[in-house]
Amino acid sequence: MSFVSANWGDIVHRALLHAWLAGLPLFLGLLISLPVGWLAQRSRVLRPFLVVGSGLLYTIPSLALFILMPLIIGTKILDPLNVIIAMTIYTIALLVRSVSDALAAVPADVRQAATAMGYTPARRFLAVDLPLAVPVLAAGLRVAAVSNVSIVSVASLVGISQLGFYLTDGYERTYGTEIGVGIVACVVLALIFDLTIVLLARVLTPWQRVNAA
Amino acid sequence: MITQVWQWLTSASSWEGSAGIGHRLLQHLEYSAITVLIASALAIPLGLWIGHTGRGRWMVTAANSLRAVPSLGLLFAVALWLGPKLHGNSAYVVPSIVVLVVLAIPPLLAGAYAGVAGVDPAARDAAHGMGMTEGQVLLQVEVPCALPLMLSGVRSATLQVIATATIASAVSLGGLGRFLIDGLALGEYNVMAGGAIVVALLALGVDTVLAALQAAVVSPGLSGGTSRFRGRRTRTDRGQPTASENEPGVVGVVAKG
Repeated sequence: MSFVSANWGDIVHRALLHAWLAGLPLFLGLLISLPVGWLAQRSRVLRPFLVVGSGLLYTIPSLALFILMPLIIGTKILDPLNVIIAMTIYTIALLVRSVSDALAAVPADVRQAATAMGYTPARRFLAVDLPLAVPVLAAGLRVAAVSNVSIVSVASLVGISQLGFYLTDGYERTYGTEIGVGIVACVVLALIFDLTIVLLARVLTPWQRVNAA
Repeated sequence: MITQVWQWLTSASSWEGSAGIGHRLLQHLEYSAITVLIASALAIPLGLWIGHTGRGRWMVTAANSLRAVPSLGLLFAVALWLGPKLHGNSAYVVPSIVVLVVLAIPPLLAGAYAGVAGVDPAARDAAHGMGMTEGQVLLQVEVPCALPLMLSGVRSATLQVIATATIASAVSLGGLGRFLIDGLALGEYNVMAGGAIVVALLALGVDTVLAALQAAVVSPGLSGGTSRFRGRRTRTDRGQPTASENEPGVVGVVAKG
Protein backbone atom coordinates (compact mmCIF):
# COMPACT_ATOMS: atom_id res chain seq x y z
CA MET A 1 0.00 0.00 0.00
CA SER A 2 2.83 2.37 0.82
CA PHE A 3 4.10 1.84 -2.74
CA VAL A 4 0.74 3.01 -4.08
CA SER A 5 0.56 6.11 -1.86
CA ALA A 6 4.19 7.05 -2.52
CA ASN A 7 3.74 6.74 -6.30
CA TRP A 8 0.10 7.74 -6.70
CA GLY A 9 0.77 10.65 -9.06
CA ASP A 10 3.04 8.52 -11.20
CA ILE A 11 0.52 5.65 -11.31
CA VAL A 12 -2.28 7.97 -12.44
CA HIS A 13 -0.04 9.50 -15.09
CA ARG A 14 0.91 6.08 -16.49
CA ALA A 15 -2.69 4.87 -16.28
CA LEU A 16 -3.76 7.83 -18.43
CA LEU A 17 -1.00 7.08 -20.95
CA HIS A 18 -2.10 3.43 -20.94
CA ALA A 19 -5.75 4.41 -21.46
CA TRP A 20 -4.70 6.63 -24.38
CA LEU A 21 -2.55 3.91 -26.01
CA ALA A 22 -5.34 1.32 -25.66
CA GLY A 23 -8.37 3.60 -26.16
CA LEU A 24 -7.45 5.70 -29.19
CA PRO A 25 -6.74 2.56 -31.30
CA LEU A 26 -10.10 1.18 -30.18
CA PHE A 27 -11.81 4.26 -31.60
CA LEU A 28 -9.69 4.37 -34.78
CA GLY A 29 -10.10 0.62 -35.26
CA LEU A 30 -13.89 0.86 -34.98
CA LEU A 31 -13.93 3.75 -37.44
CA ILE A 32 -11.98 1.72 -40.01
CA SER A 33 -13.75 -1.59 -39.31
CA LEU A 34 -17.20 -0.13 -40.01
CA PRO A 35 -16.74 0.39 -43.76
CA VAL A 36 -14.57 -2.73 -44.11
CA GLY A 37 -17.08 -4.89 -42.20
CA TRP A 38 -19.93 -3.38 -44.18
CA LEU A 39 -18.16 -4.28 -47.42
CA ALA A 40 -17.50 -7.81 -46.12
CA GLN A 41 -21.17 -8.23 -45.28
CA ARG A 42 -22.32 -6.84 -48.63
CA SER A 43 -20.02 -8.75 -50.93
CA ARG A 44 -19.87 -12.54 -50.93
CA VAL A 45 -16.73 -12.42 -53.04
CA LEU A 46 -14.83 -10.01 -50.79
CA ARG A 47 -16.01 -11.42 -47.46
CA PRO A 48 -13.57 -14.36 -47.10
CA PHE A 49 -10.65 -12.12 -48.11
CA LEU A 50 -11.55 -9.32 -45.71
CA VAL A 51 -12.48 -11.50 -42.74
CA VAL A 52 -9.66 -14.04 -43.11
CA GLY A 53 -7.15 -11.36 -44.12
CA SER A 54 -7.88 -9.14 -41.13
CA GLY A 55 -7.89 -12.22 -38.89
CA LEU A 56 -4.37 -13.08 -40.09
CA LEU A 57 -3.13 -9.71 -38.80
CA TYR A 58 -4.13 -10.82 -35.33
CA THR A 59 -1.77 -13.81 -35.49
CA ILE A 60 1.33 -11.58 -35.49
CA PRO A 61 2.77 -11.60 -31.95
CA SER A 62 2.54 -8.16 -30.30
CA LEU A 63 6.21 -7.73 -29.40
CA ALA A 64 7.18 -8.59 -32.99
CA LEU A 65 4.70 -6.07 -34.39
CA PHE A 66 5.91 -3.28 -32.07
CA ILE A 67 9.47 -3.94 -33.22
CA LEU A 68 8.53 -4.14 -36.90
CA MET A 69 6.55 -0.87 -36.95
CA PRO A 70 9.64 1.35 -37.44
CA LEU A 71 10.58 -0.78 -40.44
CA ILE A 72 7.11 -0.35 -41.95
CA ILE A 73 6.30 3.31 -41.19
CA GLY A 74 9.79 4.73 -40.63
CA THR A 75 9.35 5.86 -37.02
CA LYS A 76 11.88 5.54 -34.19
CA ILE A 77 11.60 2.47 -31.96
CA LEU A 78 10.63 4.62 -28.93
CA ASP A 79 7.81 6.42 -30.76
CA PRO A 80 4.40 5.77 -29.10
CA LEU A 81 2.92 6.00 -32.61
CA ASN A 82 4.24 2.45 -33.18
CA VAL A 83 1.98 1.20 -30.38
CA ILE A 84 -1.01 3.26 -31.53
CA ILE A 85 -0.81 1.87 -35.06
CA ALA A 86 -0.05 -1.71 -33.97
CA MET A 87 -3.02 -1.66 -31.58
CA THR A 88 -5.25 -0.18 -34.28
CA ILE A 89 -4.28 -3.11 -36.51
CA TYR A 90 -5.23 -5.60 -33.78
CA THR A 91 -8.53 -3.81 -33.16
CA ILE A 92 -9.39 -3.95 -36.86
CA ALA A 93 -8.42 -7.64 -36.91
CA LEU A 94 -10.98 -8.37 -34.19
CA LEU A 95 -13.72 -5.98 -35.25
CA VAL A 96 -14.11 -6.61 -39.00
CA ARG A 97 -15.74 -9.94 -38.25
CA SER A 98 -17.89 -8.40 -35.45
CA VAL A 99 -19.12 -5.58 -37.69
CA SER A 100 -19.93 -7.97 -40.50
CA ASP A 101 -21.76 -10.37 -38.13
CA ALA A 102 -23.54 -7.46 -36.43
CA LEU A 103 -24.84 -6.06 -39.72
CA ALA A 104 -25.84 -9.52 -40.91
CA ALA A 105 -27.94 -9.92 -37.74
CA VAL A 106 -30.17 -6.95 -38.64
CA PRO A 107 -33.57 -8.49 -39.55
CA ALA A 108 -34.39 -8.27 -43.26
CA ASP A 109 -37.98 -7.13 -42.65
CA VAL A 110 -36.76 -4.15 -40.63
CA ARG A 111 -34.51 -3.17 -43.52
CA GLN A 112 -37.34 -3.53 -46.00
CA ALA A 113 -39.65 -1.48 -43.79
CA ALA A 114 -37.08 1.31 -43.64
CA THR A 115 -36.67 1.25 -47.41
CA ALA A 116 -40.44 1.30 -47.86
CA MET A 117 -40.65 4.34 -45.57
CA GLY A 118 -38.39 6.18 -48.00
CA TYR A 119 -35.03 5.96 -46.24
CA THR A 120 -32.09 6.47 -48.59
CA PRO A 121 -29.45 3.68 -48.32
CA ALA A 122 -27.01 5.95 -46.46
CA ARG A 123 -29.62 7.20 -44.01
CA ARG A 124 -30.93 3.66 -43.49
CA PHE A 125 -27.43 2.46 -42.66
CA LEU A 126 -26.89 5.21 -40.08
CA ALA A 127 -30.39 5.34 -38.59
CA VAL A 128 -31.50 1.69 -38.79
CA ASP A 129 -28.71 -0.84 -39.45
CA LEU A 130 -26.07 0.70 -37.21
CA PRO A 131 -28.21 1.18 -34.07
CA LEU A 132 -29.57 -2.37 -34.39
CA ALA A 133 -26.02 -3.69 -34.75
CA VAL A 134 -24.91 -2.08 -31.47
CA PRO A 135 -25.34 -5.14 -29.17
CA VAL A 136 -23.18 -7.48 -31.30
CA LEU A 137 -20.75 -4.64 -32.04
CA ALA A 138 -20.42 -3.86 -28.33
CA ALA A 139 -19.63 -7.52 -27.61
CA GLY A 140 -16.79 -7.41 -30.15
CA LEU A 141 -15.59 -4.08 -28.81
CA ARG A 142 -15.45 -5.44 -25.25
CA VAL A 143 -13.19 -8.30 -26.34
CA ALA A 144 -10.97 -5.86 -28.24
CA ALA A 145 -10.83 -3.41 -25.30
CA VAL A 146 -9.73 -6.01 -22.74
CA SER A 147 -7.23 -7.47 -25.20
CA ASN A 148 -5.84 -3.98 -26.01
CA VAL A 149 -5.28 -3.06 -22.38
CA SER A 150 -3.38 -6.30 -21.82
CA ILE A 151 -1.25 -6.05 -24.98
CA VAL A 152 -0.28 -2.40 -24.44
CA SER A 153 1.60 -3.42 -21.28
CA VAL A 154 3.96 -5.49 -23.47
CA ALA A 155 5.18 -2.22 -25.01
CA SER A 156 7.11 -1.52 -21.80
CA LEU A 157 9.64 -4.10 -23.08
CA VAL A 158 10.50 -1.68 -25.89
CA GLY A 159 10.57 1.25 -23.46
CA ILE A 160 7.20 2.88 -24.06
CA SER A 161 5.82 4.44 -20.89
CA GLN A 162 2.50 3.12 -19.48
CA LEU A 163 1.38 0.80 -16.66
CA GLY A 164 3.53 -2.05 -18.02
CA PHE A 165 6.53 -0.13 -16.63
CA TYR A 166 5.68 -1.42 -13.13
CA LEU A 167 5.83 -4.99 -14.44
CA THR A 168 9.29 -4.72 -16.04
CA ASP A 169 10.68 -2.44 -13.33
CA GLY A 170 9.34 -4.67 -10.54
CA TYR A 171 10.94 -7.71 -12.18
CA GLU A 172 14.32 -6.00 -12.62
CA ARG A 173 14.27 -4.86 -8.98
CA THR A 174 12.85 -8.26 -7.81
CA TYR A 175 10.09 -6.27 -6.13
CA GLY A 176 6.88 -8.35 -6.24
CA THR A 177 4.68 -5.60 -4.79
CA GLU A 178 5.40 -3.35 -7.76
CA ILE A 179 4.44 -6.12 -10.20
CA GLY A 180 1.24 -6.68 -8.21
CA VAL A 181 0.39 -2.97 -8.42
CA GLY A 182 0.99 -3.05 -12.18
CA ILE A 183 -1.25 -6.11 -12.66
CA VAL A 184 -4.08 -4.71 -10.51
CA ALA A 185 -3.87 -1.33 -12.27
CA CYS A 186 -4.11 -3.04 -15.69
CA VAL A 187 -7.09 -5.16 -14.59
CA VAL A 188 -8.87 -2.10 -13.14
CA LEU A 189 -8.29 -0.17 -16.36
CA ALA A 190 -9.62 -3.11 -18.41
CA LEU A 191 -12.73 -3.20 -16.19
CA ILE A 192 -13.27 0.55 -16.65
CA PHE A 193 -13.07 0.12 -20.43
CA ASP A 194 -15.46 -2.83 -20.27
CA LEU A 195 -18.01 -1.00 -18.11
CA THR A 196 -17.85 2.10 -20.29
CA ILE A 197 -18.67 0.05 -23.39
CA VAL A 198 -21.52 -1.79 -21.61
CA LEU A 199 -22.99 1.53 -20.41
CA LEU A 200 -22.61 3.17 -23.84
CA ALA A 201 -24.32 0.21 -25.49
CA ARG A 202 -27.18 0.48 -22.96
CA VAL A 203 -27.62 4.18 -23.63
CA LEU A 204 -27.55 3.58 -27.40
CA THR A 205 -30.17 0.80 -27.29
CA PRO A 206 -33.08 2.11 -25.16
CA TRP A 207 -35.54 -0.33 -26.81
CA GLN A 208 -33.71 -3.30 -25.26
CA ARG A 209 -34.56 -2.05 -21.77
CA VAL A 210 -38.23 -1.66 -22.73
CA ASN A 211 -38.27 -5.29 -23.87
CA ALA A 212 -36.68 -6.48 -20.66
CA ALA A 213 -39.15 -4.62 -18.44
CA MET B 1 17.68 -0.52 -42.61
CA ILE B 2 15.79 -3.16 -44.57
CA THR B 3 18.98 -4.35 -46.28
CA GLN B 4 20.69 -4.87 -42.91
CA VAL B 5 17.74 -6.90 -41.66
CA TRP B 6 17.78 -8.93 -44.87
CA GLN B 7 21.54 -9.49 -44.54
CA TRP B 8 21.13 -10.78 -41.00
CA LEU B 9 18.26 -13.06 -42.02
CA THR B 10 20.11 -14.54 -44.99
CA SER B 11 23.64 -14.89 -43.63
CA ALA B 12 24.59 -18.47 -42.77
CA SER B 13 26.17 -17.42 -39.48
CA SER B 14 22.86 -16.22 -38.02
CA TRP B 15 21.32 -19.65 -38.64
CA GLU B 16 24.06 -21.86 -37.21
CA GLY B 17 24.87 -23.00 -33.70
CA SER B 18 22.95 -23.14 -30.45
CA ALA B 19 22.18 -19.38 -30.61
CA GLY B 20 21.26 -19.50 -34.33
CA ILE B 21 17.83 -19.03 -35.86
CA GLY B 22 17.47 -22.75 -36.63
CA HIS B 23 17.96 -23.89 -33.06
CA ARG B 24 15.89 -21.04 -31.60
CA LEU B 25 13.04 -21.85 -33.99
CA LEU B 26 13.02 -25.49 -32.88
CA GLN B 27 13.15 -24.41 -29.24
CA HIS B 28 10.20 -22.09 -29.76
CA LEU B 29 8.18 -24.83 -31.43
CA GLU B 30 9.12 -27.29 -28.70
CA TYR B 31 8.00 -25.02 -25.84
CA SER B 32 4.80 -24.13 -27.68
CA ALA B 33 3.94 -27.75 -28.45
CA ILE B 34 4.56 -28.93 -24.87
CA THR B 35 2.43 -26.10 -23.51
CA VAL B 36 -0.50 -26.63 -25.85
CA LEU B 37 -0.45 -30.40 -25.15
CA ILE B 38 -0.48 -29.93 -21.37
CA ALA B 39 -3.15 -27.22 -21.52
CA SER B 40 -5.32 -29.29 -23.90
CA ALA B 41 -5.09 -32.33 -21.64
CA LEU B 42 -6.37 -30.19 -18.77
CA ALA B 43 -8.88 -27.90 -20.46
CA ILE B 44 -10.53 -29.92 -23.24
CA PRO B 45 -11.90 -32.80 -21.08
CA LEU B 46 -13.09 -30.23 -18.54
CA GLY B 47 -14.77 -28.13 -21.24
CA LEU B 48 -16.45 -31.21 -22.73
CA TRP B 49 -17.71 -32.21 -19.29
CA ILE B 50 -19.09 -28.72 -18.58
CA GLY B 51 -20.77 -28.61 -21.98
CA HIS B 52 -22.21 -32.13 -21.67
CA THR B 53 -23.54 -31.86 -18.12
CA GLY B 54 -24.25 -28.13 -18.08
CA ARG B 55 -22.63 -28.03 -14.64
CA GLY B 56 -19.78 -25.73 -13.61
CA ARG B 57 -20.32 -23.04 -16.25
CA TRP B 58 -18.84 -20.54 -13.81
CA MET B 59 -15.44 -22.11 -14.55
CA VAL B 60 -15.65 -20.95 -18.18
CA THR B 61 -16.62 -17.45 -17.04
CA ALA B 62 -13.84 -17.42 -14.45
CA ALA B 63 -11.24 -18.59 -16.98
CA ASN B 64 -12.45 -15.92 -19.40
CA SER B 65 -12.13 -13.12 -16.87
CA LEU B 66 -8.51 -14.21 -16.45
CA ARG B 67 -7.88 -12.61 -19.83
CA ALA B 68 -7.92 -9.15 -18.31
CA VAL B 69 -4.72 -10.04 -16.45
CA PRO B 70 -1.76 -8.80 -18.54
CA SER B 71 0.31 -11.81 -19.67
CA LEU B 72 3.54 -9.87 -19.13
CA GLY B 73 2.60 -9.27 -15.47
CA LEU B 74 1.68 -12.92 -14.91
CA LEU B 75 4.98 -13.97 -16.45
CA PHE B 76 7.09 -11.67 -14.27
CA ALA B 77 5.13 -12.46 -11.10
CA VAL B 78 5.40 -16.24 -11.53
CA ALA B 79 9.07 -16.05 -12.58
CA LEU B 80 9.89 -13.98 -9.50
CA TRP B 81 7.94 -16.31 -7.21
CA LEU B 82 8.86 -19.74 -8.66
CA GLY B 83 12.31 -18.97 -10.10
CA PRO B 84 14.29 -18.89 -6.83
CA LYS B 85 12.67 -22.17 -5.71
CA LEU B 86 14.03 -24.09 -8.69
CA HIS B 87 17.56 -24.93 -9.72
CA GLY B 88 19.55 -24.88 -12.94
CA ASN B 89 17.80 -24.70 -16.29
CA SER B 90 14.34 -25.43 -14.88
CA ALA B 91 14.42 -22.11 -12.98
CA TYR B 92 13.95 -20.41 -16.37
CA VAL B 93 11.82 -22.96 -18.18
CA VAL B 94 9.28 -24.10 -15.57
CA PRO B 95 7.82 -20.68 -14.60
CA SER B 96 7.40 -19.76 -18.27
CA ILE B 97 5.72 -23.06 -19.15
CA VAL B 98 3.38 -22.70 -16.14
CA VAL B 99 2.29 -19.22 -17.28
CA LEU B 100 1.95 -20.33 -20.91
CA VAL B 101 -0.28 -23.24 -19.83
CA VAL B 102 -2.43 -20.92 -17.70
CA LEU B 103 -2.84 -18.51 -20.64
CA ALA B 104 -3.71 -21.31 -23.07
CA ILE B 105 -6.50 -22.71 -20.88
CA PRO B 106 -9.26 -20.03 -21.36
CA PRO B 107 -9.56 -20.32 -25.17
CA LEU B 108 -9.34 -24.14 -25.03
CA LEU B 109 -11.96 -24.37 -22.30
CA ALA B 110 -14.28 -21.89 -24.01
CA GLY B 111 -13.93 -23.68 -27.35
CA ALA B 112 -14.67 -27.16 -25.98
CA TYR B 113 -17.54 -25.92 -23.80
CA ALA B 114 -19.18 -23.75 -26.46
CA GLY B 115 -18.79 -26.51 -29.03
CA VAL B 116 -20.65 -29.10 -26.96
CA ALA B 117 -23.18 -26.66 -25.50
CA GLY B 118 -24.06 -25.49 -29.02
CA VAL B 119 -24.87 -28.97 -30.37
CA ASP B 120 -28.37 -29.18 -31.82
CA PRO B 121 -30.58 -30.67 -29.04
CA ALA B 122 -32.43 -32.69 -31.68
CA ALA B 123 -29.22 -34.49 -32.63
CA ARG B 124 -28.58 -35.25 -28.98
CA ASP B 125 -32.13 -36.54 -28.45
CA ALA B 126 -31.88 -38.68 -31.55
CA ALA B 127 -28.65 -40.21 -30.24
CA HIS B 128 -30.30 -40.98 -26.89
CA GLY B 129 -33.32 -42.38 -28.71
CA MET B 130 -31.08 -44.74 -30.67
CA GLY B 131 -29.99 -46.19 -27.35
CA MET B 132 -26.54 -44.59 -27.08
CA THR B 133 -25.02 -44.34 -23.62
CA GLU B 134 -23.97 -40.94 -22.25
CA GLY B 135 -20.36 -41.69 -23.18
CA GLN B 136 -21.33 -42.64 -26.73
CA VAL B 137 -23.45 -39.50 -27.10
CA LEU B 138 -20.50 -37.41 -25.99
CA LEU B 139 -17.84 -39.12 -28.09
CA GLN B 140 -19.81 -40.03 -31.22
CA VAL B 141 -22.20 -37.10 -31.52
CA GLU B 142 -21.23 -34.13 -29.40
CA VAL B 143 -17.46 -34.16 -29.96
CA PRO B 144 -17.69 -34.42 -33.77
CA CYS B 145 -20.27 -31.61 -33.81
CA ALA B 146 -18.13 -29.54 -31.43
CA LEU B 147 -14.93 -29.98 -33.45
CA PRO B 148 -15.03 -26.65 -35.35
CA LEU B 149 -15.24 -24.58 -32.17
CA MET B 150 -12.89 -26.88 -30.25
CA LEU B 151 -10.27 -26.49 -32.94
CA SER B 152 -10.80 -22.73 -33.07
CA GLY B 153 -9.95 -22.81 -29.38
CA VAL B 154 -6.81 -24.81 -30.12
CA ARG B 155 -5.81 -22.30 -32.80
CA SER B 156 -6.26 -19.27 -30.54
CA ALA B 157 -4.47 -21.01 -27.69
CA THR B 158 -1.54 -21.92 -29.96
CA LEU B 159 -1.21 -18.35 -31.23
CA GLN B 160 -1.43 -17.01 -27.70
CA VAL B 161 1.33 -19.41 -26.65
CA ILE B 162 3.61 -18.58 -29.58
CA ALA B 163 3.20 -14.85 -28.87
CA THR B 164 3.68 -15.14 -25.13
CA ALA B 165 6.65 -17.50 -25.49
CA THR B 166 8.30 -14.62 -27.39
CA ILE B 167 7.71 -12.29 -24.44
CA ALA B 168 8.92 -15.01 -22.05
CA SER B 169 12.45 -14.37 -23.29
CA ALA B 170 12.34 -11.37 -20.95
CA VAL B 171 12.41 -13.93 -18.12
CA SER B 172 15.29 -15.79 -19.78
CA LEU B 173 13.36 -18.41 -21.75
CA GLY B 174 15.08 -19.55 -24.97
CA GLY B 175 13.33 -19.54 -28.33
CA LEU B 176 12.97 -16.84 -30.95
CA GLY B 177 12.16 -14.14 -28.40
CA ARG B 178 15.88 -14.12 -27.52
CA PHE B 179 16.64 -12.22 -30.76
CA LEU B 180 14.03 -9.58 -29.91
CA ILE B 181 15.05 -9.13 -26.27
CA ASP B 182 18.84 -9.46 -26.74
CA GLY B 183 18.81 -7.31 -29.88
CA LEU B 184 16.97 -4.65 -27.90
CA ALA B 185 19.47 -4.82 -25.02
CA LEU B 186 22.40 -4.51 -27.43
CA GLY B 187 20.75 -1.89 -29.63
CA GLU B 188 21.01 -4.13 -32.71
CA TYR B 189 17.88 -3.29 -34.64
CA ASN B 190 18.62 -5.68 -37.50
CA VAL B 191 18.66 -8.66 -35.09
CA MET B 192 15.44 -7.53 -33.38
CA ALA B 193 13.58 -6.91 -36.62
CA GLY B 194 14.93 -10.11 -38.20
CA GLY B 195 13.80 -12.10 -35.16
CA ALA B 196 10.42 -10.37 -35.24
CA ILE B 197 9.96 -11.34 -38.89
CA VAL B 198 10.78 -14.99 -38.12
CA VAL B 199 8.32 -15.00 -35.18
CA ALA B 200 5.57 -13.44 -37.30
CA LEU B 201 6.18 -15.97 -40.09
CA LEU B 202 6.17 -18.82 -37.57
CA ALA B 203 2.81 -17.66 -36.17
CA LEU B 204 1.31 -17.29 -39.65
CA GLY B 205 2.71 -20.67 -40.74
CA VAL B 206 1.45 -22.56 -37.69
CA ASP B 207 -1.98 -20.94 -37.97
CA THR B 208 -2.20 -21.88 -41.65
CA VAL B 209 -1.29 -25.50 -40.86
CA LEU B 210 -3.88 -25.65 -38.06
CA ALA B 211 -6.52 -24.07 -40.31
CA ALA B 212 -5.83 -26.73 -42.94
CA LEU B 213 -6.01 -29.43 -40.26
CA GLN B 214 -9.30 -27.98 -39.05
CA ALA B 215 -10.73 -28.08 -42.56
CA ALA B 216 -9.50 -31.66 -43.02
CA VAL B 217 -10.84 -33.26 -39.82
CA VAL B 218 -14.17 -31.46 -39.48
CA SER B 219 -17.04 -33.56 -40.77
CA PRO B 220 -18.22 -32.37 -44.21
CA GLY B 221 -21.78 -32.31 -42.84
CA LEU B 222 -20.73 -29.49 -40.51
CA SER B 223 -18.31 -27.51 -42.61
CA GLY B 224 -20.67 -27.01 -45.53
CA GLY B 225 -18.39 -29.10 -47.73
CA THR B 226 -21.26 -31.20 -49.11
CA SER B 227 -22.12 -30.41 -52.69
CA ARG B 228 -25.55 -29.07 -51.80
CA PHE B 229 -24.12 -26.26 -49.69
CA ARG B 230 -20.92 -25.58 -51.55
CA GLY B 231 -20.86 -22.10 -53.01
CA ARG B 232 -23.52 -20.87 -50.66
CA ARG B 233 -21.37 -20.73 -47.59
CA THR B 234 -17.65 -20.88 -47.13
CA ARG B 235 -16.07 -22.68 -44.22
CA THR B 236 -15.20 -19.43 -42.49
CA ASP B 237 -18.86 -18.46 -42.50
CA ARG B 238 -19.61 -21.07 -39.89
CA GLY B 239 -17.74 -21.87 -36.72
CA GLN B 240 -17.10 -18.85 -34.54
CA PRO B 241 -19.96 -16.42 -35.13
CA THR B 242 -22.60 -18.76 -33.70
CA ALA B 243 -20.92 -18.71 -30.30
CA SER B 244 -20.28 -14.98 -30.23
CA GLU B 245 -23.87 -14.25 -31.20
CA ASN B 246 -25.43 -16.55 -28.66
CA GLU B 247 -23.44 -15.48 -25.66
CA PRO B 248 -21.54 -12.30 -26.37
CA GLY B 249 -18.86 -11.58 -23.84
CA VAL B 250 -19.04 -14.97 -22.17
CA VAL B 251 -17.79 -17.17 -24.95
CA GLY B 252 -15.27 -15.70 -27.29
CA VAL B 253 -12.51 -17.93 -28.46
CA VAL B 254 -10.05 -15.13 -29.14
CA ALA B 255 -6.93 -14.71 -27.07
CA LYS B 256 -3.82 -12.67 -27.50
CA GLY B 257 -0.46 -12.11 -25.89
